[in-house]
Amino acid sequence: MNKPLNKMAVQATINGEDTVFLCSPGQVLAEVLRDELELIGTKIGCNTGDCGACSVLVNDRLVCSCLVLAAEVEGQCVQTIEGIAEGGKLHPVQQKLLEHGGLQCGICTPGVVVAAKALLEHNPDPTEEQARYWLAGNLCRCTGYDKIIRAVLDAAKTLREEAA
Amino acid sequence: MNAYQEFKIIGSRPVRPDGFDKVTGRARYGADLNMQGQIYGHVVRSPHAHAVITSIDCSKALAMKGVLAVMTGDDLVKPGNEMLGSGEGAMALKDVVPMVMSQGKVLFHSQAVAAVAATTPALAAEAAKAIEVMYEVLPAVTDLHAALAPDAPILHDDRFPDGYPEEPTNLAEHISLTVGDPDAAFESADVVFEQTYSVPMCHQGYIEPHACVARVDAAGQVDLWCCTQGHFAVRHFTAAVAGIDLGKIKVTASEIGGGFGGKTTVYLEPLAVVLAQKAGRPVKMVMDRGDVFRATGPAPGAQTRVKLGATREGKLVAAEVDCLMDSGAYSGSPAGIPAFMATACYKLSNARSTGRSVYTNKPKIHAYRAPSIPQVTLGVELAITELAAELGIDPLEFRMMNAVEEGDANMMGAPYNRIGLRECLEVARNHEHYKSAVASGAGRGVAMGYWVNAGMQSSATINVSSDGHVSVLTGSPDIGGSRASMALMAAEVLGIPFDHIHPQVVATDSVGHTDLTGGSRTTLATGQAVIQAAEACVAELCRRAGSEWEVEPGVVAWSQGAAHYGEHTLTFEALAERAGSMGGPLTFSSSLTATSTAPGFAVHICDAEVDKETGCTTITRYTAIQDAGKAIHPDYVEGQMQGGAVQGIGWALNEEYLYNAEGVLENPGFLDYRIPVASDLPFIDTVIVEIPNPLHPFGVKGVGEVPIVPPMPAIAEAVYQSTGVRFRDLPLNPPKIVAGLAH
Repeated sequence: MNKPLNKMAVQATINGEDTVFLCSPGQVLAEVLRDELELIGTKIGCNTGDCGACSVLVNDRLVCSCLVLAAEVEGQCVQTIEGIAEGGKLHPVQQKLLEHGGLQCGICTPGVVVAAKALLEHNPDPTEEQARYWLAGNLCRCTGYDKIIRAVLDAAKTLREEAA
Repeated sequence: MNAYQEFKIIGSRPVRPDGFDKVTGRARYGADLNMQGQIYGHVVRSPHAHAVITSIDCSKALAMKGVLAVMTGDDLVKPGNEMLGSGEGAMALKDVVPMVMSQGKVLFHSQAVAAVAATTPALAAEAAKAIEVMYEVLPAVTDLHAALAPDAPILHDDRFPDGYPEEPTNLAEHISLTVGDPDAAFESADVVFEQTYSVPMCHQGYIEPHACVARVDAAGQVDLWCCTQGHFAVRHFTAAVAGIDLGKIKVTASEIGGGFGGKTTVYLEPLAVVLAQKAGRPVKMVMDRGDVFRATGPAPGAQTRVKLGATREGKLVAAEVDCLMDSGAYSGSPAGIPAFMATACYKLSNARSTGRSVYTNKPKIHAYRAPSIPQVTLGVELAITELAAELGIDPLEFRMMNAVEEGDANMMGAPYNRIGLRECLEVARNHEHYKSAVASGAGRGVAMGYWVNAGMQSSATINVSSDGHVSVLTGSPDIGGSRASMALMAAEVLGIPFDHIHPQVVATDSVGHTDLTGGSRTTLATGQAVIQAAEACVAELCRRAGSEWEVEPGVVAWSQGAAHYGEHTLTFEALAERAGSMGGPLTFSSSLTATSTAPGFAVHICDAEVDKETGCTTITRYTAIQDAGKAIHPDYVEGQMQGGAVQGIGWALNEEYLYNAEGVLENPGFLDYRIPVASDLPFIDTVIVEIPNPLHPFGVKGVGEVPIVPPMPAIAEAVYQSTGVRFRDLPLNPPKIVAGLAH
């Protein structure tokens, strides 16, 4: 240790804003989002890609940000939970989670929101089973998933109605 | 008695006040606060499950540039026989300190032995490796039965349970109770059934790892932020473990990312405080997921022998329950629960129950949702089902014939107040799920459950602003929507809109003492404090209105958010606006030790289908029925029922701590310790039964814990019905089922 700080500058679009951040070559995106960019909505539950609390979108692809090196997002578009609502207007997934009581402690909620938004962009009319398999990477220990799945299916309906 | 016969807003489902922050990522959890100038702590953990520490050399670490402090167990208090807390939260200091850091002897793998603080997390981790700890390794024992064998390595040579004073053993506790004459009753029984059942050690599995940040100012005042189910308990425990005056510590509870009983003690907090004291800088610590599994309180595994006697007609006449539980490395008080509560659902005049807990080289067990009762209930409820089958009686009918009701006493002696177990059974019997045919290849199980529920201490303060908005301040961390419940209760009493009420969880210096969020007590006890504070507010507003109108306050009526007398009306908003000229600011506090507690009862129905080739069990339908007394916010009552049921499903089918021969946990992560995921499950149907608690102003009964009690026996029976093979040892994972089917 005691080497000079070996940091690299990375340029990326984060929640629509051109951003430059410094990171070590080995640092994962989740850590940089939280510690460098103060985007603390991305949660770290395991750091091994098992819990999904750190889910973000990189170029619209759903990833666990604890498994992505921060340097990898050079030139990419990153969307975190902080970029999902438009101003004060919640995304239907967020709104429906609130209306259905689809969160208890709320630690998994940012990851669930990001993952569900990605689902509905891929598949606007998922079956219950499709929603359950898509969200199988987002662990929730509080709710038993019942109200989360109901909220996501309800949000899908809202989005379809908005699109029609 | 319930003064509120008809509710205006209680029982509705508004969006929770903290919801917006939680769906947008703004809510701040344990690891989400950074203090100016903070450095980072890292814990050195034992690579051995049982060892004597012969030396710790921190000099190389301390010499590293950027390392600002090191510590060992010598920096913590040497515990005697002090007890911390009371009631459900009571623990001996000597059982808490070593779970924070070992002092000379290591009793489980990954026990903390030293810690270091440095300017970056990476540097702290590097410095931790430079701390040299020498061990004299001892043989480890992790199996309950092996720990009681005559040649077992002894964990504590200075602890003797009552009645065993001669030689030290690994028996941590031994509690036995008898009512009536069970031996004679078994003699008279037409049928006697006896079997043994077991449940593995598992973890609460909260998604948020433990995290905290501590600052100590020049005067020694401590400012501590952490995720916890009870920040008053953290203050108390941290003061005791670190040897600091309680009054010098302020603890702020962050949002909490799950706890289920597991965040009712301290692990990192005293370390962060000691390191911050030494370094003169704030210290942040975040636990690694693997260490959460390896070194924080799991729930005990247990083996339960159940013997039941009944008449041919189906009347239960005698019961004997003997439950052997893991304690982990230190005492965790689980033994009394099976002894007192094993048969709490049944009318029994003759029963004997025994609880024993055993020291093993594993982390000290800690509370997990209705602590220790799911383990013993697997045995009792599955034995009831097996006995019902032997008698040729429908399992639900057999339970109905023997279920407790108001006036019946359990092993603890006191008769039940107005409980709702029979009503839950009635709902189950008439439920479309129970009446429906079981799908071909699937099986169905039913079971019921009991949990005692806690009361304990709570406080609330209500501050009224000049615009008529209200802050409701409590000290109960909101783990599952309790802010919404507090706001609903205040709105009900005050008669003002829900969204004019702003419930907040405030620090230890900002509200009266409040015990932890646990024991299913928050809505009941903290809610009662909120109700009382709101009632004091209404009384004062009526007094002020009466004074304005020159009438006695007793003739002023409060309804729909306003004081009324004859033609006169003064609204809450008007009284709030004029508070300064009518007697001063409106602030009301209430504190209590809740005596309004009532036990929880639930009945679950489970359909499951076992794939005979792979041994994989799919839950195809699930219904949870529970007496909530009065559901303040039904979404969050249902949420407790669903979440508890699914934790029970995970425990029944998959979850299990796997230790190797050296006492090393082999599955310390969510990949190998597999909790249920969305695709494992069906919707969990719920029926809330409301038999009001006569002791509580709103009729509330605790709801959080009992939903984890019935699932394991209900699922085990459904698996039997699906396969025709009886499994009595959980978890019912595919390898076990495949092996069982092959026999």
